[in-house]
Amino acid sequence: MLSLLGFFVLWEVVARLIGSPLLPPASAVLAAIARETASGALPENLAITMARVIVAFVIAMVLGTVLGLAMGVWRRVDVALDSWVTVLLNLPAVVVIVLMYVWFGMNEFAAVAAVALNKLPSTAVTVREGARALDHDLLEMARSFGMRRWPVIRHVVLPQIYPYLFAAARSGLAIIWKIVLVVELLGRSNGVGFEIQVYFQLFDVTGILAYTLAFILVVQLIEWGLLQPLERRASRWRR
Amino acid sequence: MSLLVRVRRKAFDEKPVLEGLEFDLGEREIVALVGPSGCGKTTLLKIIGGLDSDYDGTIGWPDGRAPRIGTIFQEPRLLPWRTVRQNLTLVLPPHAHAAAEELLQHLGLWSFRDNFPPTLSLGMARRVAIARAFAIAPELVLLDEPFVSLDPEMAQRSRDVLLEAWRERATSVLLVTHDPVGAAALADRILVLSPRPARIVATIEVPPAQRRGDRATALQVAAQLEVAVGRHLAQG
Repeated sequence: MLSLLGFFVLWEVVARLIGSPLLPPASAVLAAIARETASGALPENLAITMARVIVAFVIAMVLGTVLGLAMGVWRRVDVALDSWVTVLLNLPAVVVIVLMYVWFGMNEFAAVAAVALNKLPSTAVTVREGARALDHDLLEMARSFGMRRWPVIRHVVLPQIYPYLFAAARSGLAIIWKIVLVVELLGRSNGVGFEIQVYFQLFDVTGILAYTLAFILVVQLIEWGLLQPLERRASRWRR
Repeated sequence: MSLLVRVRRKAFDEKPVLEGLEFDLGEREIVALVGPSGCGKTTLLKIIGGLDSDYDGTIGWPDGRAPRIGTIFQEPRLLPWRTVRQNLTLVLPPHAHAAAEELLQHLGLWSFRDNFPPTLSLGMARRVAIARAFAIAPELVLLDEPFVSLDPEMAQRSRDVLLEAWRERATSVLLVTHDPVGAAALADRILVLSPRPARIVATIEVPPAQRRGDRATALQVAAQLEVAVGRHLAQG
């Protein structure tokens, strides 16, 4: 908290000393945030971007988890998909985005799919590590007592995967925040990424920073308000 | 009615592990299989427990029906992320839940029912594993080296808990171990296994007066066991 406050003070002082429009002072950026919030533009664009983030995130996590589990448990699936995952993992994000827009048009589907595709392979790889580390003794115990498939997945398998899922979710959100803005900048007419492009064309650094700051704030709120409590809950059995 | 165990042959990559392993398990009988490490005891337990069906032979009641089995593994094998009570209710089928709660009370675990296993001592965790195995109303309880890595006092207490559960819920018990004294302290009958491929090379009936007695009695029985094994080895 203190370091944050210090940062803003330093920013304000340095910006006022330089006096250039390329580095507006913190107060001007905060004023811009207030203005854009009052006009409704900032909340709206933020909401649009967040919706894309959430949809892409859920798709990437669910598909990535299923894929990762399958690859970790069944060797044949792993052999069949491993090179594809590696290719996707190394494909530059911009290539995926451009291709999706070219193939599917400049629409919402292509945008969300491009984001999800960028995140999917790393989720799969992380969850695969978790699936490979599954405790076979516990699975054997479950089988010996005749536990059914779904309870085994829910009570025996998933709890062992949670740490990997949280790691994937963390790094996943980080990647998705970055990519979603590029996707919006390249082919959407709304959202934070689009707004930043508009301000870029106007060379309006205050506007860019205002949107960036608001965006960072939302991301932090999700980390504190959602990810960390969930993680605490999932690991409360640890002493 | 006796439970029939007939394992004619079990091989890994053509190498026989078990051969001609055949015996009966009487009602409420406790039988110990004693054999050297690596002789295929764990393989046999997996076969009897229904975890490995790739063998030649049959396990079951004379009418062919498979017995209901509760296994107590070498380690407690509890789900660390579920409470003690959940470890019973989530793992066991619904018909076992009432018995599970009863056993928790009986084995002195009731006040720990909402604890997570990592907060339990090893002895306590073993007790939960014993409750889990007996709660499903098993017709056969399997034990895999249950008391290794325990100091003698703790092993004795674990045995007492096991016997308490056994007396209360009539069931046959098959115990697999390489520890003759541990076997002698529990069993009605002890079957001695050869090294691989494992066969039964000697059978010791523990006289009724010496069954489940104190440590001195167990040591006496174990000595008889050593003699029988020695005799077998001498015969070649």
